[in-house]
Amino acid sequence: MTVLDIRDLSVDFATESGALQALRKVSMSVPENRIVGVVGESGCGKSTLINAILGLLADNGEVTSGEILFEGTHDLTTLAGTAMRDLRGQKIATVFQDPMGALNPVLSVGRQMRDIQYRSNLSRREKDARSIEMLRKVRIPDAEQRLVQFPHEFSGGMKQRIAIAMALMMEPSLLIADEPTTALDATLEVTIIELLKELQQQIGCSVLFISHHLGVIAELCDEMIVMYAGEVVESGTTRDVFHNARHPYTRKLLACDPARLTHRARRLPTIPGTLPDLRNRPEGCVFQARCELADATCSRMPPDEEIAPGHLARCWHTEASVMIGAGA
Amino acid sequence: MLRLAKIWRIVRRIVREPLGALGLGLVVLVVLSALFADVLASYPPTKLSPADRFAPASFQHLLGTDHIGRDLFSRVLYGGRIALSIALGATGASLVIGIMLGLIAGYGPRWLDNILLLVFDALKSFPTVILALTLVTITGPSLMSVVLVVVLVSVPGYARIIRTQTLVLKSAEHVMAARSMGAGSARILTVHILPNVIGPILILASMDIPVVVAIEAGLSFLGMGVRPPTPSWGSILNDGFANIRDSYWIVVAGGLPIILTTLGFTFLGETLRDLFDPRLKGRV
Amino acid sequence: MSDDALLSVADLHVHFRVGGLMSTLAGQPSHIEAVAGVSFAIERGRTFALVGESGSGKTTLARAVNGLQPASAGSIRFEGRELIGVPKDEWKPIRRRMSMMFQDPVGSLSPRLSVRSLLAEPFVIHGLSRRDLNAEVMRLLALVGLPSEFADRYPHQLSGGQARRVGVARAVALDPVLIIADEPTAGLDVSVQGEVLNLLNDLRDRMGLSMLIITHNLHVVRQIADRMAVMYLGRFVEEGETEPIFTKPHHPYTAALLSANPEPDPDKVHNRIALPAEVPSLLDRPSGCEFHTRCPFARDICATVVPPSTMVGASRITCHFPLNTELRLATSESI
Repeated sequence: MTVLDIRDLSVDFATESGALQALRKVSMSVPENRIVGVVGESGCGKSTLINAILGLLADNGEVTSGEILFEGTHDLTTLAGTAMRDLRGQKIATVFQDPMGALNPVLSVGRQMRDIQYRSNLSRREKDARSIEMLRKVRIPDAEQRLVQFPHEFSGGMKQRIAIAMALMMEPSLLIADEPTTALDATLEVTIIELLKELQQQIGCSVLFISHHLGVIAELCDEMIVMYAGEVVESGTTRDVFHNARHPYTRKLLACDPARLTHRARRLPTIPGTLPDLRNRPEGCVFQARCELADATCSRMPPDEEIAPGHLARCWHTEASVMIGAGA
Repeated sequence: MLRLAKIWRIVRRIVREPLGALGLGLVVLVVLSALFADVLASYPPTKLSPADRFAPASFQHLLGTDHIGRDLFSRVLYGGRIALSIALGATGASLVIGIMLGLIAGYGPRWLDNILLLVFDALKSFPTVILALTLVTITGPSLMSVVLVVVLVSVPGYARIIRTQTLVLKSAEHVMAARSMGAGSARILTVHILPNVIGPILILASMDIPVVVAIEAGLSFLGMGVRPPTPSWGSILNDGFANIRDSYWIVVAGGLPIILTTLGFTFLGETLRDLFDPRLKGRV
Repeated sequence: MSDDALLSVADLHVHFRVGGLMSTLAGQPSHIEAVAGVSFAIERGRTFALVGESGSGKTTLARAVNGLQPASAGSIRFEGRELIGVPKDEWKPIRRRMSMMFQDPVGSLSPRLSVRSLLAEPFVIHGLSRRDLNAEVMRLLALVGLPSEFADRYPHQLSGGQARRVGVARAVALDPVLIIADEPTAGLDVSVQGEVLNLLNDLRDRMGLSMLIITHNLHVVRQIADRMAVMYLGRFVEEGETEPIFTKPHHPYTAALLSANPEPDPDKVHNRIALPAEVPSLLDRPSGCEFHTRCPFARDICATVVPPSTMVGASRITCHFPLNTELRLATSESI
């Protein structure tokens, strides 16, 4: 079963200087019990995608086409306020970059974890027991004693682990993790990744993991999509995308990652050029202005070319693209 | 040129809101009528004409006359001059003093900050009316004493807001960057801090103007502000109050401009605040 | 450490006051040592990187060198002059020779100033406004690869990479000899990170700059620094030439940091050195080797005896049982 299935989703924002198309025909799915990564640089539409899933688009944002099917039944683009609120936090949980967004600074951690369970019929003591169990799962030492403490009494890494414990408390079917490790040091980052992986298997939920850090995606995710200027330019299993990337943007992005360079380079690879103006999208391929393979065909919208089963690249030149970034 | 275009854009956004348009209209009306009082008024504001006492509104006297036959329309126009100049002068003076003290308290050494905070608290804890009465008793009723009361009452509020924001910005990266370049305190305060803290306080000040108008009118009503025969909305109101039973229009002439001015500045200030509220700014 | 070093720091300490009178009376320490005895030198034209997790004291160290944070003991010699004890009003000419870049690319630019004013500011501050400021602004924009029409933009109209370029232009405006850069690539996309590092490397070669880079991103260090130091709780645990440290780290903490970097390869087998527990509080420094509470190789002696600072290969390290060395077995047996 597919937990989340997004089909042809387009989102526009009304701005003073005209409509800005933040997402164009985005299709992706999150299968049951899988971790799907979303990779892309600033301005690629990652945040808009999450907000669209959560029904939290700004007032001037509008879904102009497509649907977001959750568990095959609910279309999240048409769900009314209360129904959406019921899903959020119960069936769809989120973890953000800044754990303080999820934690109320003036309430104890125990109180907040009890409050999340307002739906269940457990007694107060049973709820606390469940909170302690969750805190143990995210490896907070002395969980019983720490239940009475307030968020500021925990370190940054611990706060993020508590936020994860709270998100997974109600055993959601989908966890959306939006750059949850970006603000953390590398040593903490790897512990959070390992923790997420372990908990996902225990609980059996699906995870949509957003990150700009390629290494983290490679390590954690089963499948991934690559976004550029509001479009999914490539998608597939993590292995396919990392080892056999076919969209020129993906190839360039991978080549830029300094983690790939094991020796000191005289010049680091970059992607020359800038994002297109989303108020005035180019005809056809969205990456053509920065792509050395671009030719006349690229002024028509490229198809989602199937490279291998489940591995798609939105490009006219998926054969020739293997030349790009080969030097790195 | 750039600045004019910017002001024009803001004006257009104000006018788009119904209350903003009403507020701006009223403010423009009040300001223009005060500016051109000598053109618009058909009589000198202090000219007595005992023959025309208690004349109701007519084409000769648009708002009627008072108990000693002065033309109320002319008095209202000239009263507007007094009210606005006190309001703008006192608010402007409070702003300048408040901003300076706030910057010093926020950026200066800790001990100075503590002393200034103590002074602000002491001033704040004094009830406005008592402070006003005390001052007027000492200095005697005059324009200056009204201004002084307003300044003493509003400086602590402005200074506290500026101080808090300065404290936040003091350790902001762009301020650290300027320090690391060798910029002195004066440059940091005027170039790197002031432009970033002044916006909210200007909006607050525009909403304080009606308060000052009311204070001036109130003190003049009590005979502690502007001294007769200088026209003031407060003293017109007082004149009318004594004769309210048979000449209601005198109270109307004194009260109406106060109400319109207060509403105008309040609507305008609120619209400005909504336009510049940082919480609404994030929306694309 | 040679005498002709551009910057040499010796046994530097920086204290912060914590708590109030009450906690002092309660017997808690009244100061923390954010930087606790650090020595290093930067030669002309070379780049030195400070690496460490948040709270390791690397930013404090950089600010102390720049005089933004008073040092409590030790020595900082810059171009042959001792900087500790220099009165406030004599810092200005020093700041012309040594400029600093801050973490947040956009936040370190004054929001109400145009790029033109931002770039002219160093000249104005140092009383050089009689120069043709417009020409200087255009020269700086060209130097960092921004089109001249950017002069009329404001910081919020710039992308992270563009704002960082403006920051770099400001830093090199007055021809300094040393640039201190706090996380120069933080918050930038990977494709833009490369651009900024290439720019810094170019400018270093062209202008003969020396750089002190503070970062937690090890990949950046490898691409830009000649020498590096790894900081833990305000002290260096390993310091030396960059490349040997990457290929053969000797301190377990360095090794753990290096292994903590997720690599962009889904089939990579990770042999991580896991670091248990949390970073200890500066208020309660561990005894002996301060890293022993998290060190997977710690033995009894580590908890009691402070390890000496020794040279292993080309690196100076502080560890009883250095990794990647034949010496290790010998030492451990002799103890």
